[in-house]
Amino acid sequence: MANFKVNGEDKTLDIEPDMPLLWALRDELGMTGTKFGCGIAACGACTVHINGVAVRSCVTPVSAIEGQEVTTIEGLATAAVGSNPSNPALTAVQQAWIDHQVPQCGYCQSGMIMAVSSLLAQNPNPSDAEIDSSITNVCRCGTYPRVRRAIRSLATA
Amino acid sequence: MKINRRRFLLSSALVGGGVLIGYTATRPSRHRRANTEIAGSGESFVTSLIKIEADNTVTIYVPHSEMGQGVHTSLSMMAADELDADWERVNIEQAPAIDLFANGDLVTGFAGELGAPSFLAPLISVSAVKIAELANLQTTGGSSSVRFTGEHSMRYAGAAARDLLVQCAAARWAVPAAECTTALSFVHHNATGRSLSYGELAAEAAMLEPTNEPVLKTREQYNIMGKAISRNDIPAKVNGTAPYGIDAQPEGMLYAAIRFAPVFGTKLISVDAGDVLSRRGIKRIVQLEDSVAVVADSYWRAKEALKSVDAVFEELGNENVSSASIYEQFDASLAVDDSDEDREIGDTQAAFDSAADVIEANYRVPYLAHAAMEPMNCTVHLKDGRADIWTSTQDALGIKSRIASILGIDAENATFHHSYVGGGFGRRLPFNWNVIDHAALIAKEFDVPVKTVLSREDDLQQDYYRPAVASNFKAAFDSSGLVRGWHNRFTGPVQTPGAAHIPYAIDNQSIRVVDGTTHIPIAAWRSVDHSQQTFFTESFIDEIAHRAGKNPYQFRLDLLSEHPRHRRVLETAAEAAGYGRNLPEGHALGIAVQESFGSVVAEIAEVSMDANMRPVVHKVTCAIDCGFAVNPDTAASQIESGIIFGLTAAMYGEITIEGGRVAQNNFPDYEMVRMATSPEIDVHILESDNTLGGFGEPATPPIAAAVTNAIYILTGQRVRELPIKNHDFGKPSLAKA
Ligand code: FES
Ligand code: FES
Repeated sequence: MANFKVNGEDKTLDIEPDMPLLWALRDELGMTGTKFGCGIAACGACTVHINGVAVRSCVTPVSAIEGQEVTTIEGLATAAVGSNPSNPALTAVQQAWIDHQVPQCGYCQSGMIMAVSSLLAQNPNPSDAEIDSSITNVCRCGTYPRVRRAIRSLATA
Repeated sequence: MKINRRRFLLSSALVGGGVLIGYTATRPSRHRRANTEIAGSGESFVTSLIKIEADNTVTIYVPHSEMGQGVHTSLSMMAADELDADWERVNIEQAPAIDLFANGDLVTGFAGELGAPSFLAPLISVSAVKIAELANLQTTGGSSSVRFTGEHSMRYAGAAARDLLVQCAAARWAVPAAECTTALSFVHHNATGRSLSYGELAAEAAMLEPTNEPVLKTREQYNIMGKAISRNDIPAKVNGTAPYGIDAQPEGMLYAAIRFAPVFGTKLISVDAGDVLSRRGIKRIVQLEDSVAVVADSYWRAKEALKSVDAVFEELGNENVSSASIYEQFDASLAVDDSDEDREIGDTQAAFDSAADVIEANYRVPYLAHAAMEPMNCTVHLKDGRADIWTSTQDALGIKSRIASILGIDAENATFHHSYVGGGFGRRLPFNWNVIDHAALIAKEFDVPVKTVLSREDDLQQDYYRPAVASNFKAAFDSSGLVRGWHNRFTGPVQTPGAAHIPYAIDNQSIRVVDGTTHIPIAAWRSVDHSQQTFFTESFIDEIAHRAGKNPYQFRLDLLSEHPRHRRVLETAAEAAGYGRNLPEGHALGIAVQESFGSVVAEIAEVSMDANMRPVVHKVTCAIDCGFAVNPDTAASQIESGIIFGLTAAMYGEITIEGGRVAQNNFPDYEMVRMATSPEIDVHILESDNTLGGFGEPATPPIAAAVTNAIYILTGQRVRELPIKNHDFGKPSLAKA
């Protein structure tokens, strides 16, 4: 049995301990906001938060997160309550993503937003070099200039 | 009544296209009948694609897939503007994929009228083709949806609907229609101060027959087009709710992981599944002609189990093919020069015979994968002769009929469930049938839904690739140092006619194509032939400029007197990039320009070499003449995207062949530009009187040569083979610019 919390709810799953969290979320819990991109921690599409810190769920077996708190894109706004008073349904990061029209196909953006949210929680005013070294997600659509602009708008806010 | 309404939508969508080409036979009756069949719920379809409700809400149905190019919003803007709708009260809906009309004549006519993209050609020659397939093919030409559907269907639908609403209002008021005006979803009669909302008129308007030739607005009359409007697909893409094909989860679904014959074109001989069937959740091993699949109750279980399945595939000889042998084959083909004409101008032979100086250079680029972020996938449920289909595609209707035929059912009995598309770039176009075919064949073995998902490894290794191309160039100079002859032989096939042509005024040009056929499957890849050919031609023209001792920017301008659009984008980009002014120490600017998909694009890359002599692209300045940008912010994001896509290819992109198969496995060996390597991008959109140009593709072609032309200035080394990562630039040595 795997036991962990997802977006504040306790989950108990009768699954193999080595099943990656990505597939537990997507196929067992039906939570498809977290995406499969590479399966080997090379793209960041599957990024979630474990206890608030960005983690690539495709290489995180459920056995490694026993009893821990998982936040996915679906629960981000609830977890970060108060981050965006004008619209509690979205975090300030999500709002900036809309304001700067960041997503294109959007497939990488759950992971991108989770990675950036984690960065900004730890380092609210990252330098360009810090952004470059901590946001290593692949966006095949090339939304990087807008990702940077959106982060900048939050950092200077 | 849902079904009837959906049928109507598509029929009217197609009629919208049909009107344009004079195909009116079935239009009016279907229109009216459909409105009758839909029980009155305060909703009326006034013309194709446009539904107006009594409360004055306008819903626009877009017959295209949203892949991130913002097409749902842009196309709706075009219809809404012609309709004079209140944008605040416009809903946007994806039109369902239903092939109500099957009419080969219409396809041919439509394609003829609009100028078919080259990837349509195979369809047009098929006589019993479905019009529905064409509607989708339009969707997917990347740079063509706004230009084709937008200009020729959405705007007409909006204008014709407006026309009907005005007629109705005029009749009610007993005034001439010419005295009525429209704005924000109302018709007004200013002389008497009367107004009626579209919602109040819609039911009546829907009873009338829309005109074939509504009057369209001129640019200065646009209220919505030309404004930077927020895309309607973005909110769902920031909170995880946007559905992609891979997210389908119909009740009772199983999952398939699949292993393909690694060498293209070989068949499966045998399978040893060991104990796999006894493992948890494993349902069945399915053997297909060229692959084997494990079907399980979880994708992870299927994928893990597949690792323990041994499969033996045929060996037909291609297992000896490598990238090196392919390049040898290309070189041999070029040496024999048994070529087909692409373009011949003047007497190139004579120009070379009498040349005072000749330079020659050989260029080549490797195969490339599309590598969309959403791995290829398709979910199919066949039950009782009916099918449901979920997949991210650039061609919903084509996929639907393809799958229906594999399942042995009528396409009418298949329902396509639309989703957003997690990147297309050409991979999800029709004729790239793998995965789709496989998913259908696997699902055919079950009566529950089965989702087939490719691993990233298979997504890279079972693609239809951008072709590798080799090109041999020569230039002839006369005794005064003027370039008089341009000779280019390149390996085919030609997917995009004209991509190898140059705009430069060189009197004698011989551009010819030789055979470049290999067993590697190929397809359109963002900007198609332009991405390879522009690297070649814009590099070689740079070589010519340097050889002639000219500044490469001025040299281009001097040879472009007949091409004002090219000059304008070059001048704009040069000005914005600070060309000719002081740059930071160790920086250089490289230039390239190319016309493709109706737009002319100049790019200037600001590059330096780092301490390890690796190139760093700091900034790309881009000027595009696109005629007109319907949604300028969307256009800018497409241009940024196109540049980064092309930069990834230039810097890192290569699919190599070893043992007849693709050597790359996953992102670490198919590296991409990421945040740290993504340059600042400065986009200048120039409008002109030209017809609408594309945005999705034209920014991709120039970037490779812009970067390598800068590298030449910095290092004196000419990069003639991509990707740049394979080059050793050694020690710094400054060449003369
Ligand atoms: S899917 Fe996890 S990093 Fe790519
Ligand atoms: S938005 Fe498409 S991959 Fe990032």
